[in-house]
Amino acid sequence: MSTGIPTAIEAPRFRALTSVRATGIVGIASGIILAAATFAAIFGPLLAPYDPELPNLSLAWIGPTGGHLLGFDVQGRDVLSRLLVGAQTSMLGPLVVVIVSVVTGSLLAVVAAWRRGAADAAISSGLDILFAFPGILLAVLATAVFGAGLPAAAIALSLAYMPYVARVLRGAAYRERSQPYVAALEVQGASATSICLRHLIPNMLPLIVAQATILFGYAMVDLAAISFLGLGVQPPRPDWGVMISENQTGIVQGYPLPALSAGVCIVAVVIAVNVLGERLFEQAEAGRR
Amino acid sequence: MRWRFVARRLAMLLISLLVASFVIFAAVYLAPGNPIAALSGGRSLPPSSVRILEQRYHLNAPFFGQYWYWLDNVLHGNLGISITLRENVSTLIASRIWTTAGLVLYSALLIVVFGIGMGLVAGLRPGVLDTSTVVVTAISAAIPAFVAAIVLILVFAVKLGWFPAIGNGTGLADNIRHLTLPAFALAISSLAIVARVTRASVRGEGEREHVQTAVSRGIPRRQVIRRHVLRNAAIPITTVAGITIASLIAVAAVVETAFSLNGLGAYLVQAAQSKDLAVVQGISLLLVSAFVIVNLIVDMLYSVLDPRVTLGSRAA
Repeated sequence: MSTGIPTAIEAPRFRALTSVRATGIVGIASGIILAAATFAAIFGPLLAPYDPELPNLSLAWIGPTGGHLLGFDVQGRDVLSRLLVGAQTSMLGPLVVVIVSVVTGSLLAVVAAWRRGAADAAISSGLDILFAFPGILLAVLATAVFGAGLPAAAIALSLAYMPYVARVLRGAAYRERSQPYVAALEVQGASATSICLRHLIPNMLPLIVAQATILFGYAMVDLAAISFLGLGVQPPRPDWGVMISENQTGIVQGYPLPALSAGVCIVAVVIAVNVLGERLFEQAEAGRR
Repeated sequence: MRWRFVARRLAMLLISLLVASFVIFAAVYLAPGNPIAALSGGRSLPPSSVRILEQRYHLNAPFFGQYWYWLDNVLHGNLGISITLRENVSTLIASRIWTTAGLVLYSALLIVVFGIGMGLVAGLRPGVLDTSTVVVTAISAAIPAFVAAIVLILVFAVKLGWFPAIGNGTGLADNIRHLTLPAFALAISSLAIVARVTRASVRGEGEREHVQTAVSRGIPRRQVIRRHVLRNAAIPITTVAGITIASLIAVAAVVETAFSLNGLGAYLVQAAQSKDLAVVQGISLLLVSAFVIVNLIVDMLYSVLDPRVTLGSRAA
């Protein structure tokens, strides 16, 4: 949308969460959180001590006891087991969104920067129009049409994120395109595809990875919000967003632990991702100079 | 030069709205099954109702003809009829629009006052306050609106009892009281982002050469800050505040649902769940329009603050 604004300003949206002074402890803690969340996302079903989907209403809202470290939820299911198994959709969903939007966004950015002229104008105006759709709104629209569920929401979010990625990377691709080595390769007769795939994109990789990392946090928040609204992952399947919505009644009734524990998981992963993303951005910038 | 920039942005706005309206309209055709099934949400209808739907949506006309009829109706304020409530979508929207508008404006106010305020204080006064602002905002920027919602309900509604946990309330004062927790829940992550950008840009401007020169020339600190630091820092601050405030329009759906507010966003979600597509189309169109218009206003403000932008050149 914001045509008149130089490209660099979209950056605050992704970078603003950043610049926590990179002390050792913060970095290590972030790494541990991400490793744990990834481990749970892969091995969650094996780690879960109880069946995450087996309700037992007589146990509803019972607090932490021996063997059930986080107690039971609204339907008497083990909260810890649901958190562990829920890591799967909560982490995999954002990963898919990030991969799809970053791959398509980078491709568009590189094509726009390489061909310039009409192709760039077409791509840029197309992206400007996509900016008209806020991510969550596009996801709600998609689930209304294609039915509630993670796939529709994830595809819609990828589409909504793509212009942000493309806009930031287009600037970087332009800078890279004007480097002398590109001209040298062209003179040597290297094809555009090979220059882009073997030199241009690899040189942009630090920035692309930093961007993808920050985007992961946004995707996690938005997908959890969609699941919270009942349009994403469908109960009884555990998902951190679903767990907050189904246990919200417990907040008012004096049993906040099940909903809060899922909220803590989301916030912890997002903070960790932001810290990591900020460092990657710093490194990418430092590498450019 | 300036009015040319405005004209170009207005043209972009119209094109965006046209494309958005087309996407929202075409969504019905992307749905699995025929348009009748999509419009009825998969319910089986008596033949008379099917005929009414066919007439209302001109389903026998060619695709672009149907879009034209639909757009024509929309521009005349006729957004169709809700399949579940059997009422005009425009009427249903009108009764809910003020909750959403109030919520977003309240949040925007919180973001501007507290976000920019905190950022300025932290940026201008290095020290303990600054460090703690950096840490607190790093954490709160990562808090999603629905997590903020349950925490605020737990602390301020359940434990302290200062504010109601759910509902809209009646009367202006009561409305504001009911909207306070939702507005904070909606604002919190954006507020933190705005505070961080404000702090960073004030700090950055303060270190620039022209500011150092002004200080060494003995110009009073107050004047240096107002004339040299704030004037330049205002550009990134306006941009990030504008972008985050525009994004509230969509996220309001999450907060309205969490607090059981009777707003447009919560209604959009209900309509999506019950596949009431006329309502989904109407509200989506309205929210997208609001979103692009707020973005346009931000761009305009931006061009006022930074005269270079009025050249309208597209930076590479």
